[in-house]
Amino acid sequence: MARVRPGKVGNLLSGYLDPAGCLSHPCPEAVPEMLMPEAEHSQHTRRFFETEIRRLTDRLYAAALRLTRDPDDAEDVVAETVERAWRCMGELRDSKSFEGWLFRILNNTFISQWRRRGSRQHLETELDLSDSDASGALQFSLFKQLHQPFLLWWSTPEERVVDELLREDIQHAIDELPEEFRFTLVMVEVMGHSYREVGEILDVPLGTVRSRLNRARSLLQKRLWQRALEAGIINSAPVPEAGAERGES
Amino acid sequence: MSQQEISCEEVIEQLFHYLDREVDEDVGERIRHHLARCRDCFSRAEFEHRLRERVREASEARAPERLHRRLAKVMDSF
Repeated sequence: MARVRPGKVGNLLSGYLDPAGCLSHPCPEAVPEMLMPEAEHSQHTRRFFETEIRRLTDRLYAAALRLTRDPDDAEDVVAETVERAWRCMGELRDSKSFEGWLFRILNNTFISQWRRRGSRQHLETELDLSDSDASGALQFSLFKQLHQPFLLWWSTPEERVVDELLREDIQHAIDELPEEFRFTLVMVEVMGHSYREVGEILDVPLGTVRSRLNRARSLLQKRLWQRALEAGIINSAPVPEAGAERGES
Repeated sequence: MSQQEISCEEVIEQLFHYLDREVDEDVGERIRHHLARCRDCFSRAEFEHRLRERVREASEARAPERLHRRLAKVMDSF
């Protein structure tokens, strides 16, 4: 996989940060060396920063929790994010961009910590798709599995699944996703990042982001379908063969 | 604005990118036009949209008080 070198990064970014700034570098472990010396921030900047952090703390924590799957680790990620963000405030060109900028720092911080631990699979390692669950779920669609076009009752099976799955069922299904898939899904669906931003954060091409997202969604839907069966929300039905839905993208 | 017809297959193929706001304006407009007229595709889009909402809701969490105190301390040290 082609790695983005620091010198090229400035060209890839959307432009509201200086090329030497904290977020300009896609390799989070290198960020501390690139930090600007702590600047003299005005009281106005400080008040703005503190107000925004208080407003966003729940969302930062929620995102970190889905990424780390551990409450203590999530707190560490948020705390380090806030420290980094303050040190980099001088790099922020537009206060309206603060929220997106902060979540990108959160992601970079998480990826940096995740890489430092090093005990888990490396981010660039593609998931082993010989895993039968992952490969069988490549094109799984909960809707296609459940939808009955001529059903005229008050509730369709797919509506029941969406309505009756518990919050814990969904959390568990997200947490069970392979890491690269989970990171991508959480960044796009929970944090609302664009594919391009996720590609920059994870240092992967756009096509890889799309591919991981498709697989994450298929796998998530398959697991939700299994959970709905276990919970008796829907009745048992045969799972399509792995290749049966390949025609649908 | 183009109103060129788009097929059900094309809509389903682009649906997640559309929901992610990752299609260009013209494609988005054609998908919206199709969804307003095709019940099957509308049902699918509505399902995927609601499922995403559930995923988002399930991911919400309140930060513990301990974290609020920790951040206040961090910001005091700046």
